[in-house]
Parts: sequence; structure tokens; C-alpha cells
Amino acid sequence: MQWTTRVIKPVAFMLCLLPLLWLLADGLQHHLGANPVEKISHRTGDWTLRLVLLTLMITPLRRLTGWNVLIRLRRMLGLYSFFYACLHFLSWLVFDHFFDLHEIVKDIIKRPYITVGFAAFVLLIPLAVTSTNRWIKRLGSRWVQLHQLVYVIATGGVLHYLWLVKADVRRPVIYALLLAVLLAYRAWVRRRTNSTAVPRPMTQSKAA
Amino acid sequence: MLIKIKGPGEVTESEVTSQDLYLDRRRFLRLGAGSLLTAAALSNEIWQPALAGNKLAHVIKGPYTVDEPLTPYESVTTYNNFYEFGTDKEDPSRLAASLKARPWKVIIDGEVARPGSYDIDDLIKPHTLQERVYRLRCVEAWSMVIPWVGVPLADLLKRFTPNSRAKFVRFETLYDPKQFPGQRRSVLDWPYIEGLRIDEAMHPLTLMAVGLYGEVLPNQNGAPLRLVVPWKYGFKSIKSIVRITLTEQMPVNTWARSAPDEYGFYANVNPQVDHPRWSQAKERRIGDYFKRETLMFNGYGAEVAPLYSGMNLRKSF
Repeated sequence: MQWTTRVIKPVAFMLCLLPLLWLLADGLQHHLGANPVEKISHRTGDWTLRLVLLTLMITPLRRLTGWNVLIRLRRMLGLYSFFYACLHFLSWLVFDHFFDLHEIVKDIIKRPYITVGFAAFVLLIPLAVTSTNRWIKRLGSRWVQLHQLVYVIATGGVLHYLWLVKADVRRPVIYALLLAVLLAYRAWVRRRTNSTAVPRPMTQSKAA
Repeated sequence: MLIKIKGPGEVTESEVTSQDLYLDRRRFLRLGAGSLLTAAALSNEIWQPALAGNKLAHVIKGPYTVDEPLTPYESVTTYNNFYEFGTDKEDPSRLAASLKARPWKVIIDGEVARPGSYDIDDLIKPHTLQERVYRLRCVEAWSMVIPWVGVPLADLLKRFTPNSRAKFVRFETLYDPKQFPGQRRSVLDWPYIEGLRIDEAMHPLTLMAVGLYGEVLPNQNGAPLRLVVPWKYGFKSIKSIVRITLTEQMPVNTWARSAPDEYGFYANVNPQVDHPRWSQAKERRIGDYFKRETLMFNGYGAEVAPLYSGMNLRKSF
């Protein structure tokens, strides 16, 4: 293992933990304001989206900078996205509904922003489960296909945010623009490899 | 029934110094100091042009109160929806200093016998200030219990003699992006407009607030003059009012203009009629972790339900 890898992974691990530590510290010191439940829900939701987008930035950044060590971080960022998504989901389950299954199901069916947010959360589960080396090996090229679900998840997450705000769409629109750039980059790479590469018989694009 | 109309000798819970306040020594001292200062200043004037935080003198207990714990002063003054300052809950208290609540003119016009532009202090001075403890239910499904200080809107409007064409009251918030940084972005169609039907405006529960917790209204809560309509969602309680117009036409309120399928003119608290995007059946009382059931008309049904008899509240939401 290179020294950069040895350093960059623990550093990234600690950095990704900071939003949670910050939330806990604020909670213990009663710094979460008048409505702490709302703060917990918003912060964990925000960090889920930020980490999903960060995960999607790894490949373009690696291509642009040539800094291949970045790829070592992708799985960790993806798993941290799932971690914050779990916290976000739990705060909704416990504080908004206190495990009232009937209300929960009603909310998921009736409220489009919850439908799409819940769907994105559920889709994260298989990606988290299959993130181990063993699963990567076992699934082979199907692993790449499966993990392209992240594009659906990211879109769902951004829609979830966009559909819940009342009037000020500035923040969700920033997320949406970032996501649009990241998706456009992939479309561009795919088109370029398809037209300039040596003709390959129907191979899976590695743009993911 | 949760609303009590007090007998003359009755002492309500809100008259007893709350435990929070008693324990909060700093605030207790500040209140004490404030009242000494105002007492000195008040030797020859009953109503003093006042700064946010100053204690209001000569406040009597109003006829309406609620037997529920008050939402702490700290929460009432730091968790605000007041988009003129910004869309985050903390923006109004953080940026409140940019609003100059004195001197302040209020235009009263339209279908009244005595239209004109009036100084806020002249407007309030002839009235006796009342304290009223009301529930406030936000359309975002959170709620508070707030001890407001103000005058019944009906008493104020009657001084200007509305005529028979006055079917609605239209209220307008100050438009000044220098004082209201949130108005530099067109999140909403400024200035903020709200409206009431004349019978709603004349209802004894409808209050024009100039204070809370016995103090002059803080800027983030809508200084110097804000409406309080406790059976309607909070966005009806328009803040920092500069114009009150009696009209024949139903005014289009800002949120209804912004999203007509989501916010109506009436905006009565109604747990059976959901916001199209979220449920209104429950609410989180600020200070609680879990939600409680929302009451029809925010618990003021006995007083206000007759105003809407025969109306389809699903349509007139």
C-alpha cells in the first residue's frame, strides 16, 4: 500500500465522521435550536446528499487530475452516504411517526417527496450490501450495472429535497445543478468512447 | 375545552412567574431592570415609543388564555418564519437589527370614513394593552404557545369607521430591501400581503400585537405591529404592517399567489385537510420531540366555527 493511500483513507474516514460528531456536540450542548428534531433531520439529509454527490465526483476528479488514489475513497464515501441516509431515515421513523406503521405507509404512498426519498433510501441498501470485495468479484460485470443505480438514487435524493421546500429552492437547485454536471460528464465520456474507441462488440462502458 | 374565559378574580397559570423564567436568572434581572427603567419613563406617559425588549407597562390580562405551558421566550424569538429577513429559521433573529421599528407610519385607507397615515404610537395609545396566551400553529406542522400583548383588531378598526362596502381587510408588510435583506431575492412576491374577511377581522380573538412576554415586540417577531389570528396557520399573521386597507374585493394573499393549490385565502387550521405535500393531522409543539394531534381551528372551534358554517372547508382551504 502506498503511503498516500495509508494517509488519505483514515483522514477521509475522520472527515466524514465530523458532521455526526458536530451534530452530537451541538445536541449535548443544546445548540440545535428551538426545533432539534428538524435540525437533526435536515443536517443528516444534507450530508447524505453531499456525500452522494461527492461519491459521484470521484471518477471525474480522478480522470481530470490523474490522481488515481482517489478511487480508494469511493467505496468509503458511498458507505458514508448510506450511513447518513440511515440516520436521516431513523429520525423520520422515530420522531415524526414513532414507528406508527400505518402512518408511515400512508406517508410513503401519499407524499411524493417521501415516496422518492424512501425509494432512494431502499435502493441504497443493495449497493451497501454488495460493496465488499467478495461481492464485487462474485457479481463481475453485473456489479457495475447494479451500481449504476447510484444515478437513480442521486436523482431521487435531489427531487426529495426539491419537492419538500416551500418557496426557497436555492439549495436544492444547487444540488440539482451539481448532479446535472456530473451526469452530463458521464454522458459525454460515454459518447466520446463510443465514437472514438476501437469498435468493440457491445461491451459494457466503464464510465461508471 | 381548552380555552377559558376568565372570571374577574381568577388567576391563570400565565400570571404566575413561570419556572423557566424564575430559573433563568439573567433574563429575570433584565426584565426587572427593564421595568424599573420604563416605570421611570412612564411617569407622564402611558404608552412609550418603545424599543424591542423593553417592558410594556399597563398591560391587563385579556379574556383569552390557554392552559398549556408557554413556549420559552428564547424559542419564540429565535425560531421564526419571516422571509423578509431570510428563509432560515435563525435568519430573522440574526438579522433583526437591520429593521428600524421607530418611527413607523401605518396607512389606513380604503372603505373607511377616516383614511390617513398614522404614527404607530398614536395608533396604539388610545387602547388598553391586553395580554393573550394563544396557540400558534405553523403550516409547516410545528406550534408554539405565546403570550402576546396587543389590542383587538376590531377596536382599532372601529376608530376609523369602516363603511358598508368594507367586506375584507388587506394588510401589507413594509417593503424595503435595505431593512429587509430577504427582500433582495424574489423568493416571494414582495411586499407580503395578507387578508381577512371583515367578520374574521372583527372577531374578538383577532389581535393586533405590539408585544410578547410583556415586552415590546422583537423585530424578528414582526415589530412594531403584527397580526395574530390564532385559529389560522401562522402565515396569516402578517408582520411589520405598514398598510391596512378595507376593501370590497377579496385580497390575494402572498402565499396563495405563490402556490394557489397549496395555500388558500382562509388557511384555517384543519387537521382533516392536508397540505398537498404533507399531512396537517399532527404537529410538533416546540420543545417536544414527538408530535401531537392538531386540533380543528387550532382548538378555537367553539369561538370561530360559526364564521364558516355552510362553507366547504376542503374547497375554501
